[in-house]
Amino acid sequence: MRAKRLWTWLGRSRHNAGLALLNAVLFVAVAARYPQFASAAGLRDSFDDTSILILLALGQMLVMLTRAIDLSVAASVALTGMCVALINQAMPGAALPWLVLSAALLGAALGAVNGLLVWQLRIPPIVVTLGTLAIYRGATYLVAHGRWVNSSDMSPLFLSLVRERWGGVTLLSWLAIAGALLTACWLHYTAAGRSLYTAGNNPEAARYVGVDVGRAQCLAFMVNGVLAGLCGYLWVARYAVAYTEIASGFELTVIAACVIGGVSIAGGSGSVVGVLLGCLFLGVIKNALPLLAVSPFWQMAISGAVIVTAALLNATGARAPQRQRILEN
Amino acid sequence: MTDEASPSQRVPRTPWRRRLLRWEVFLALVIAADFAFNVRLSPYFLSTETLSDVSFNFTEKALVALPMTLLIIAGEIDISVAATMALVSVCMGLLATTTASLSAIVGCGLAVGLLAGAFNGALVTHWRVPAIVATIGTMSLYRGLAYGILGDRVLKDYPPAFAFFGQGYIAGPVSFELLLFTLAAVLCALYLHRTQFGRRLVAIGYNKSAAQMAGVRVNRYRFGLFVATGVASAAASVLLTSRLGSTRPSIAQGMELDIISMVILGGVAISGGRGSIAGVVLAAILTGLAIFGLGLINVPGVVVSLLMGALLILIVGLPIVGQRLARARARSQLRP
Repeated sequence: MRAKRLWTWLGRSRHNAGLALLNAVLFVAVAARYPQFASAAGLRDSFDDTSILILLALGQMLVMLTRAIDLSVAASVALTGMCVALINQAMPGAALPWLVLSAALLGAALGAVNGLLVWQLRIPPIVVTLGTLAIYRGATYLVAHGRWVNSSDMSPLFLSLVRERWGGVTLLSWLAIAGALLTACWLHYTAAGRSLYTAGNNPEAARYVGVDVGRAQCLAFMVNGVLAGLCGYLWVARYAVAYTEIASGFELTVIAACVIGGVSIAGGSGSVVGVLLGCLFLGVIKNALPLLAVSPFWQMAISGAVIVTAALLNATGARAPQRQRILEN
Repeated sequence: MTDEASPSQRVPRTPWRRRLLRWEVFLALVIAADFAFNVRLSPYFLSTETLSDVSFNFTEKALVALPMTLLIIAGEIDISVAATMALVSVCMGLLATTTASLSAIVGCGLAVGLLAGAFNGALVTHWRVPAIVATIGTMSLYRGLAYGILGDRVLKDYPPAFAFFGQGYIAGPVSFELLLFTLAAVLCALYLHRTQFGRRLVAIGYNKSAAQMAGVRVNRYRFGLFVATGVASAAASVLLTSRLGSTRPSIAQGMELDIISMVILGGVAISGGRGSIAGVVLAAILTGLAIFGLGLINVPGVVVSLLMGALLILIVGLPIVGQRLARARARSQLRP
């Protein structure tokens, strides 16, 4: 009886609790075999590795909440990263804060293109982002004339900023933590943030309540774009290289993290905690594989199996959409 | 109550058909324009050999685009087609290293495609996973399996007769690929536009719940469509592998987006319920012509994708912009 009451009380947190448990089990299993995985340095490195995924997944969650999807986010990362790297190469003395700001602004502009096409032209988001995915990737090539920007072309401050440690944790990790906190606060305590949930959960009802669904989607795309722009700089600085194909296919990892984290593809439900857990799950798998001497070629298959399983559990578990959308087309 | 139909009872020509016809005409005009552009690029463009070469550019993708059209009209989507092609290719390549016969290799490939499609279908119909999520997962799974099995090796031990599928000609400039695609296109067009099963697909895409309550076995149709898409991916994989002569796990990378773009360019609504096979065939030809023409002037692949992406957005967005302008003009005319 007690167990059943606990189950009901946990309610929607059931999914997150289950995912947290799974993460813990996985972590313990790997750490038992390879203690260096659970060492402070190992944890730090794993989290650092997952930070960019966390930021991008948070942005993707915002878009998915409004019943849209953004397949172009990795291409946005590549384009903004390449632009920032090229500026740094041409003007090594340019102040870094301005550089990061311009990356974020460029990302916002790219997101706004997506958002406006979805809002004003009512083109379905998947079509828009399929198109912009190709456009931004092509623009990355054109902007650099197909050339690479190597670490020797980048200024030392450009590269070192993400690696600076405050209290033992890199700036990159702090940014991920700050991003998660800010997103959670925005979604829970501001009207704009709540409007995303409203718009995605039931667009017709949202219209009657006064929430412009298209505008909410555009807002989500723009915030996602800002995060993508920031991650463009972070990616290029962390991996110390910029070329056309960076982050290629990464949008699927981002979507996977969201799906595992319980964000519904039909919009209207999803939590920052879930997304964090989803990212950590993928991060644990990615960092554990080399330790377990599993060929990195199998990583994609494992990732895919995890997505399928997570989607299965989401669809058939307690969180399955109870409401039959009978009246909806 | 009289028996003869009064003018008000006569059913008017369905408006959606009128709208569709306009889209196909529009595509045909764009094709003509692109044709003229390509001819200006190179005078050799008009020879039958060149035109036959152009067909290789789109037949494999278009073969998958046909059942994909039916799938999207029914309100679903399958992003895992290219990954299925990769997995099929890897399985065929592995079998080819043994002493298996040609029909065994091709049969194995088709079987793998069928199973892959069936798994997608089961996820969507039985376990009610949304199609887009399910196929994103299976896309990673199948592509990952291909990578995991093959790693960074290449499989090249196909029997010489295998090359006929992708490189052989039936009569003159008509390749086997083109013939296969034409047959498949005719079959799909007949199925969608002339049979009751096709009409039911449109009904499912228009309003799934209503179709279900009207007695259509929605889940059976959806499952069948996913299986058909899997088999078509397998067939396309046979053609592509045969044309390339080798198998890498990265084969057909990114092709799913090209295929979906082709379907949407063909006038199929992504939300389902509207579309025609003729439109998709025209879109396939347009894509092939455009890519071929751009290749003639040595445009890099990534820029070709850029242009195709821009074309997609333009073609989908232009009618909507036109509608808004017309409405704005009508509104301004109403004002005294």
